Amino acid sequence: MVGRWVNDVAIRLTDVTKTFDGSSGAAVDRLSLDIEDGSIMALLGPSGCGKTTTLRMINRLIEPTSGSIEINGVDVMSQSPQELRRGIGYVIQQVGLFPHRTIRSNIATVPDMLGWDKRRISDRVEELTTLVGLEHELLDRYPDELSGGQQQRVGVARALAADPPVLLMDEPFGAVDPIVRARLQDELLDLQTKVRKTIVLVTHDVDEALRLADRIALMNVGGVVEQLATPDDLMRSPANQFVERFVGDDRGLRRLALNTVGNLPFHQGPVVADSAAIGEVERVLAAETSDWLGVTREGRFAGWAPADEVRSTMGAGRPLEAVVLQPPVAHVEPSNTLRAAMELIMVSNSSVAVIDDGGRFGGVVTLEDIRRSLAATGS
Amino acid sequence: MSPAALVAEATNPIIRWEWVVEESDQIRAAIIEHLTLTVLALALGMVVSAILTALILRFRWMTTPITATTSLIYTLPSVALFALLAPVFGNLSRWTAVLPLAAYTLLILVTNTVAGFLSVPQPVRDAADGMGMSPLRRMWSVELPLAVPYMMTGIRIAAVSTVGLVTVAAIIGQGGLGRLIFSGLRRAFWTPMTVGASLSIILALTLDAVLLLIAAWLTPWQRRKRTPES
Repeated sequence: MVGRWVNDVAIRLTDVTKTFDGSSGAAVDRLSLDIEDGSIMALLGPSGCGKTTTLRMINRLIEPTSGSIEINGVDVMSQSPQELRRGIGYVIQQVGLFPHRTIRSNIATVPDMLGWDKRRISDRVEELTTLVGLEHELLDRYPDELSGGQQQRVGVARALAADPPVLLMDEPFGAVDPIVRARLQDELLDLQTKVRKTIVLVTHDVDEALRLADRIALMNVGGVVEQLATPDDLMRSPANQFVERFVGDDRGLRRLALNTVGNLPFHQGPVVADSAAIGEVERVLAAETSDWLGVTREGRFAGWAPADEVRSTMGAGRPLEAVVLQPPVAHVEPSNTLRAAMELIMVSNSSVAVIDDGGRFGGVVTLEDIRRSLAATGS
Repeated sequence: MSPAALVAEATNPIIRWEWVVEESDQIRAAIIEHLTLTVLALALGMVVSAILTALILRFRWMTTPITATTSLIYTLPSVALFALLAPVFGNLSRWTAVLPLAAYTLLILVTNTVAGFLSVPQPVRDAADGMGMSPLRRMWSVELPLAVPYMMTGIRIAAVSTVGLVTVAAIIGQGGLGRLIFSGLRRAFWTPMTVGASLSIILALTLDAVLLLIAAWLTPWQRRKRTPES
């Protein structure tokens, strides 16, 4: 076995099959899956596709009928279930906090069982509380005194308490309202940049999978993987009709949420520095066929002016600096999604958004830029 | 009112305080006996119901036979049961009173304890397993504490009804305050009846209040529930 192992695979499922007693078909059928270390793998699919069963076989809440599961090269069957589970974070939809224990004691569950000393446990609890963005005064409350969003944060903190390399999440944000869900998803991504866990996420929500996962295993009833791909690949080239139907007709639009403004090729747009001469201004306006001219001052975007006004001012011999500028309506950052940029352009009723790259002018985005980028990577 | 009745009322009022003072030793002994019988019966009932509950939780098919048996016991008239057991254990044995009293608590205690364990939400059980708790640890540190509010409700009902039943045990020469009541009845002398009856009511209410306090102390999380905002 030594040598076959690839270093960056954290979880490896090989021909894993689960048939429940009294059921004719398999819930999961000869599933093989490599999950890279430090990545988020989403198990996505309709109910009954075996995604939760697959997840629960990783920490042996369900025992596979056949096949093998290895975590960092160690077969999960080689340890006792309790020992195995204490080394794996587990987050579920209904959170499952212990109602009779304070938040502090809930978070300390696994370190307590592992016999950490009091000082170390208390330090770790404080650290996690900050990490998941929970107010410290909540630590001595009971779960029923917290909101759904707060409870879910406690659930994540509890799962991370003993710093396990692997985190299993079963519909973790399914029970909170959409606004809180979006915030928790952002927080998870933010958290992941700090802790770099190998996360297996079960969800039936395409958007959630697209937003969070590095790779998606789209599963179908009977526990078979229809397609294993990055979110963008899944949207761009669905492997079959099932995938196409599951991800929806608007997969083109969904891809907008997967690409950021920073990925677009640089586009200067009808923008010049405020020191530009009339010749340069005319050349830029003609090239971009624009009625508006953007002006930068010391590398920052200063505003827009109507082309006619620029021409008449400069025609009268005055410099570009003398033109009164209108502040930009729409500006985006390189980390914004194309979807956000597009929405901004639409609602601001302009044809272009200015990219603000940490205070510097970073080019412009037009609807045409967005369209072209989807076409370029599409097939 | 006839003169005879007036005389009777003068000599036999609802309560005659001199008697209370004179017989204070007897009254104190009756209270202690009443309390002892109640506590022994409850303690025995709790031990037996713990075993029965464990059997039900472990083997679900035992739910029906155990519930049926304890319900049957509960329906037996208490006077009849005491009378039946008297020849078996002897009139003066405390167990003649304690055994039936304990038997009467079983239905209430078992039903409530089982309900307590079944009330533990599945996600909580699931999380406990997922964190790596062994079944025994899950039982002790998660399920048992969460069943406590239900168990305490059962114990309170059982305690109050046992205080009442103990008085009936006076028919076999036990029964604490019940003996005061019965002797008063026999002699048509109201004072012991009044004292016995009111003290047993006070005893029941006090015991209930004490158990309520214990329940609150055991379950601090229950007091602090509130409607969470988002």
